[in-house]
Amino acid sequence: MASLEILSYPDERLRQKSLEVEHFDQTLWDFIADLEDTLGVGPGAVGIAAPQVGHFQRICIVDVSGRKKTKNHGHLVLINPEITEWDGFKLGREGCLSVPDYTGNVVRAEKITLEAFDPEGNELNFEMSGYEARAVQHELDHLDGLLFLDRVVSRRNDIFDRKVYKPKPKK
Amino acid sequence: MANWYMLTLVGQDQQGIVAQITQTLFENGYDLGEASMMRLGGNFTVMLMISHPENKNGDDAIAIIKDKMGLCVHSVEVSGGLHQHVEPNVRVTVLGTDRAGIVAEVTGVLAEQGVNIVDLESDVGGTAQAPIYIMHIEGVATNSTDDLVDKLAPLNRDGIEIQVMDIETLVG
Ligand SMILES: [Zn+2]
Repeated sequence: MASLEILSYPDERLRQKSLEVEHFDQTLWDFIADLEDTLGVGPGAVGIAAPQVGHFQRICIVDVSGRKKTKNHGHLVLINPEITEWDGFKLGREGCLSVPDYTGNVVRAEKITLEAFDPEGNELNFEMSGYEARAVQHELDHLDGLLFLDRVVSRRNDIFDRKVYKPKPKK
Repeated sequence: MANWYMLTLVGQDQQGIVAQITQTLFENGYDLGEASMMRLGGNFTVMLMISHPENKNGDDAIAIIKDKMGLCVHSVEVSGGLHQHVEPNVRVTVLGTDRAGIVAEVTGVLAEQGVNIVDLESDVGGTAQAPIYIMHIEGVATNSTDDLVDKLAPLNRDGIEIQVMDIETLVG
């Protein structure tokens, strides 16, 4: 196991479209172990996709379970993932391991239906929303050679989702 | 690497002003860093980080277009540089009727609560008779958002609404 080098934009390889995984074998599992190590090294990242380390197969890891008060499906290793349904829109701020020192606001679907395979080749099916759905959409973009930079709507002045804090009633 | 200068230009807004300024700087050997351009009260305003291999401050280049474009110019050497972004984790929105001192009141609370403001923008909309005041602040808070909400709550009066939101940057 080893952590791998993360490609940084404008490396053209980040624009490459990744291919489907065909064999669920030791080679795949070894690569996933390395990808896990690489994600572990990054500061506070909730996901990573294979092309970010120059491996052009449709593999990504998403794990938002470390975030407070967030619906999630735990630690997910997704092979050949595909979003089959989208619903709603939500603005949120994103950054990327492959784009250091820059963040921006991106619109993503609020809810998605996700189909994928696990590393053993079993079918997975998820209904996801919010932060986890955002993370999955960010990673799936990498598999198609897209970056959040392609979707930044603005860096400021946006109407964020109204998750507004109300002052607590006085005791 | 030469030092950075912060070049501030203010003038009457006019077609092509950004292009003229940046082209002139470029032709005179300047590198541009981060920049922020805004129209404030109908005026063109821009702050540009510039650097020059001979450590020039931009005056030579701007002198060429200054009079023609009616620009006020100020340039000062700054100690910062690029790649020093900090990620804001809280966003405060102030909406309502314009009230004297509101900016000072809100930012005063933020300072007291240890919030480091990284971006502040305020605007006045509505009409001359019924102006609407809008301010967005983004900052780095170390205390909990709940504390901040409690401390800002007393300012929620006389037609002013203050909203506090977490900003969580997703990195993937
Ligand atoms: Zn990314």
